[in-house]
Order: sequence, then C-alpha cells, then structure tokens
Amino acid sequence: MRRTVFPHKLLPWLLLAPQLAITLIFFYWPAAQAFRQSVLREDAFGLKTTFVGLANFRKVLGDPNYLNSVRVTVVFSVLVAFCAMAIALFLAVQAEKIVRGKGFYRTLMIWPYAVAPAIAGMLWLFMFNPSFGTLAWPLRQMGIYWNPLLDGEQAMALVVAAATWKQISYNFLFFVAGLQAIPRSLLEAAAIDGASRRHAFWTITFPLLAPTTFFLLVVNTVYALFDTFGIIHAVTGGGPGKATETLVYKVYNDGFVNLIMGDSAAQSVILMIIVIALTAFQFRFIERRVHYG
Amino acid sequence: MQKTPFWLAGLMALPVAAEAKTEISWWHAMTGANAEVVTKIAGDFNASQADYELKPVFKGTYPETLNAGIAAFRAGQAPDIIQVFDVGTGVMMGAQGAIKPVAEVLQEGGYEFDKSQYLPGIVGYYSTPEGDMLSFPYNSSSPILYYNKDIFEKAGLDVENPPKTWAEVWAAARKIKESGAATCGYTSTWLTWIHTENFAAWNNVSWGTNENGLAGTPELKIDGPLFVKHFQELADLAKEGVFVYGGRTSEAKQNFTSGECGILTESSGGLGDIVKSGMNYGIGQLPYDETAEGAPQNTTPGGASLWVMGGKSDETYKGVAAFFNYLSQTEVQQYLHEQSGYLPVTMAAYEATKGSDFYQQNPGRETPILQMMGKQPTENSKGVRAPNLPQLRDIQNEEYEKMLAGQQDAATALKNAAERGNAAIREAAGG
Repeated sequence: MRRTVFPHKLLPWLLLAPQLAITLIFFYWPAAQAFRQSVLREDAFGLKTTFVGLANFRKVLGDPNYLNSVRVTVVFSVLVAFCAMAIALFLAVQAEKIVRGKGFYRTLMIWPYAVAPAIAGMLWLFMFNPSFGTLAWPLRQMGIYWNPLLDGEQAMALVVAAATWKQISYNFLFFVAGLQAIPRSLLEAAAIDGASRRHAFWTITFPLLAPTTFFLLVVNTVYALFDTFGIIHAVTGGGPGKATETLVYKVYNDGFVNLIMGDSAAQSVILMIIVIALTAFQFRFIERRVHYG
Repeated sequence: MQKTPFWLAGLMALPVAAEAKTEISWWHAMTGANAEVVTKIAGDFNASQADYELKPVFKGTYPETLNAGIAAFRAGQAPDIIQVFDVGTGVMMGAQGAIKPVAEVLQEGGYEFDKSQYLPGIVGYYSTPEGDMLSFPYNSSSPILYYNKDIFEKAGLDVENPPKTWAEVWAAARKIKESGAATCGYTSTWLTWIHTENFAAWNNVSWGTNENGLAGTPELKIDGPLFVKHFQELADLAKEGVFVYGGRTSEAKQNFTSGECGILTESSGGLGDIVKSGMNYGIGQLPYDETAEGAPQNTTPGGASLWVMGGKSDETYKGVAAFFNYLSQTEVQQYLHEQSGYLPVTMAAYEATKGSDFYQQNPGRETPILQMMGKQPTENSKGVRAPNLPQLRDIQNEEYEKMLAGQQDAATALKNAAERGNAAIREAAGG
C-alpha cells in the first residue's frame, strides 16, 4: 500500500477538524456534562446544587425499578435482535430463490427502513390499540382478550413487533448482500454430493454468513438498546405498570418527566459504560471466532 | 471616511423603527382550535397598543413546553411567559428566583390586582398559601360526565337525567353492558386527576396532609377507606368488562366517541372533540360518592397557567403586565371561554356569559363552573400540590394498571401508590 505523506503537520489536523469538532461538541461535551450532573443533586432549574459524590449511583443501583428496567431491556433487546435477524435471514434466503421480479420484492422489503421510529410506533398503535386499532377488533372477535394497555406481556409483544418490523429491512439488505458473496461453487458441490437444501444451508451458507451475522448482531443490539425510544414512547410510554420501560426510556422519564436530573444522569453514565463494555467485548472476543471466509 | 449612501442609511433605520416595540415571548402548548385562540388573542393584543409585540411560540406538549422552558432557563435563554400545566405548578413554585409572581408583575406594571374579581376556585390554586397570585390562570378545566344519549335510550335508561353518584354510574354502566346497548358501560380519562385528585376534593376527603400540599410538603392519604372502596368498585367493573381502561391521559375519549362506551368522565376541555364527533351526547356533573359526608363539595381546576420568568427587564415586565391586564378583560375572557371550552377566569366574564344566551344554547357548558364554584373550598378541595406531582401520577398510574389487570386488589394498589409516592416526595423535598 502506498503511504500518503502530507507536506506539513497542520494539514492533517485541518482535514480532521470538522469530524473532531462534531465528536467533541456532540459526544465528549454532553458526556462530560452527564458525568458532572451524575455526582450532583439539583432541582430542575439548577438553582440549588449540592455535590453528593456517588450517592446517585448507589440510589439508582439499589432501586428495584431500575433492576426491573434492566430485565425489561434484556428481554426486549434479545427478542428484537433475534426476531429481526431470523425473519430477515429467512426472507433474504426466500428472495434469493425468486427468479422473476427479484428487484421488486427487494425494494418492497427495504421500504420500512425509511420510516421514522415514532411513525413506525404510531402505525402499530393504529393497528393494535384496543380502542381504535383496526386489527384489535378481529383479535377480540377471535376470543383473544387483547388489551396491551393493561397486559404487560401483550404491550411488550407489541413494541417488540414494531421495533422488529422496522429493523428487518436493514438486516434483509445485509443478508442479501452476504448471500450473494457466497461462492456458487460451494453450493453446487454440496448439491452434487447429495446434500439437502436445508443441510447445505446450515453447513455452508449459515457459517459463511457469520461475518454479516456478527456485524448485524452488534448493530441490532445497539439498535434495540438505543434507537427504539421513539417506538416505545409512541406505543406504550413505558407502561402498563413499568412493563416496557427500558433503560433508555427510564433515563428520559426520570430526567425529563420527573425532573430528577442527578438520577437520570447517573443512569446515562451507567448506560455509557454498558455500551463501551459491550462493544469492546464483542469486538475483542466474539469477532475472533468469526470465520471471515 | 466614506459617506454612507442614502439607501443604506434608510435600510439601517428600518430595524431601529421595529425595535421601538418591546418583544415579549410566550411559549405555549396549545394545539388545534385552542392554538387558533392563542394566535387571535396575541394578534388582538398587538393591535390594541403600540408599545409591545407579543410573540406566541408553540413548544409541543405540556411536558415538552415545561422542559423546553427549564432547559432555556438553564442556558440563560428563558422566554418571558411560559404556559405550564397544572401538575407542573409545584415545580414552578419551588423555583423561586426563576420566576416572578404575577401579582407582583401586575402591581409593578401599574395595574391594581384585585383578587376578588377572579374565580376563587381557580385563582386559589395558583396562589401561595398567603394568597399572592403566582401565575395567571390561562386555561382552566374541570372534570365532568359525558353520556351517549342513543346508548342510554337503547339501554332503557333515563336520557334526560344522567347518573349523579358513582353507585348510579355503576348501575347504569352495568345495564348498558347487560342490555347489549354497548359493549362497554363506562370509561374514564385521567384516573389520577379525576378519580384521585378530584375524587378527593369532590367528596371532601384528604388527598394529602398540609391541605393537600398547598400549605407545605404533603404526605399522601390516598390509601384511605373511601379511595379503597371506590377503586375496588372500579376494579370489579373492569373484571366484568363493564369498565374499560383507555390509558393514562385522555385516550379513553376515543372509546366514547367511537360509541364503544356509553358513559365517560373527562375534562370539560375535551368537549371540542366530542362535539366534532357529531354524536348525540349529554353532559352531567362529575359523580360523587353518596356515602361521603358533605359530597359533592367542589372540584379543582386542571389545565394550565401562565408563568412569568425572572431576571427580565422592567420594560418587558411592563409589557407582560399590560398583556395580563388585556387578558383579564371581560370580552377577551368571554371569547376564550366560549371558543375553547375552558373556564373564564374573572367573575365579570362569567356573569357576562350568563347574561348572554350562551348557556341556554349550549347546555352543560356551565356545569364545570358550577362544580367549582358550588361551595366554599375546604382544605381538601383547594387543589393538590407536590414538588413532584408528575412523578406521583406516574406511580399511581402504574399501580392502577396493575390493579385493573387483576394483579392486585385496590387496597394493595393504593397502599403501594401512597408508600411509593411518599418516598418520592421525601426524596424530592429533601434534594
């Protein structure tokens, strides 16, 4: 590879400056603010401020509602990541088999990705709201007691469905690309050896898709953890009870609804640590085992 | 040195001419028909004088507006006037130094502030225990009962006389469901505001100590026997499918306008949507519990009020005072009341509306005022206040939802709500 050498030291910094400025202003500065706020106790207007050390963290970690949020988040993220990837993979494999109109199906599959989270949430709400949902009525006619406003599990199913639906497109796109990168010769060889389609999928296609699957696992986990606020906000608002209050939603609720800034900031800091740990772990340990073909 | 060209000098003079007017910013949370009222009032005020330019800015929902105001204050960019919903009142009152009491603004602006001209039930809620008005009640509402006349007729109920007590509501709701007139007998918006805070005031039982928090930090009493009885009845009805839960805020209005439920309790401010649905509706008083002594007492206001932020120039405050004075005028208040369904703030506006044939033409529109004015408020019925009321309502909603889902009985739900609420109050007050 040819090394690019810049004539003097200023130019590289200058070229990096816009990105650095964005990172500093939109990441480091708010992060520093969160750290600062997390060790303070303050009223909403910031008129009275007391330094409390780690008291906010102790309080948050000792709060049963916080532990409930952790549980909700784990259930939600695992379900969303798994469902979104499994369904997308299934659809991608099916779409590969289509001979005519491949492009048409693919375009339709990718469509939901352009929908904003809050709108995706509203869409599902309009279908499944117990009082005005177009699909809630037939559900009830079928004898299913459908009321996600009171039933925590149904509410969870609803937000998982909405979040999954929105993410399938993205996963689909990557799986299609991944499938196309698998050498035909391997599959043909397997076919000649008399392997069934299912067998060929699990022993050849799936392992060769591992890099894509791994990448999507990271992206989907991060998506489920952090990008689903809009959906939850629109569909359940964290309810009923606290059945769909994820960690991110709790940060919002405590900070912006209940105006407890210290607790909210402490939770943000904990979240930041979780993300850093998760990403570091995934890239250090899991990635090594991925077969990059 | 170069001589400034003539046209440039003219251009430079333009903004100076515009600056002669003092700009006053007003952040609000009104949408739809109510937003049009805001625009009209601001436009009329600007046209009525030459010194001030009032600029209303829509900032989202009530909580979003409050948060925007708080964030702006922290950044030193607070608006001059901000509309804060009822439950944010405690938050604003706690923010001494961030706000300037409205009574003070009016007096300094050269206007006489005569408390007796205002509806006591409303102004009392937005005043200090000593009686100084802190914020200007812009839109006040009160919970009332709506019923579907067609469903009542089908169920064989008295179409002209809506149920007055909760026991009558339960009976009517059961009859609606059993007769098949509708799949749901009764639904309600805001279980916290209507069935907890107003339930306490209307039945003259304590919501919390220290005059429900108006005279100091409250300790919740919502696990009292009357609350337990009421909520157990509600939970039983939910189990039978007679009562249908719509959600934490005003979602249940949908269940009513869609014809699913025969009876609804909702804010008087929700009238617009019900009228728009074109249904054959009737209005009744908020029901009370017939076993409660002295019930019905009086209801407490919901809605929002206008707060003046601190640290502004004298000129700005003069403009704000002029605007509030304008807003208190009888014609403006009458317009506000008749257009929006919110309550008038001054006695004169109420009298003027009574004098016209508005209430004859729009039966039921006086109900929320009568409810609030009926009796001299007691220490249980002046309203509720806590430094963290939004959080308390959240806690209550969570416990109520678990109760309605059949996971716990009313006594447990209310005990949990009170205990968790009290812990949160101690935390907020001690912080």
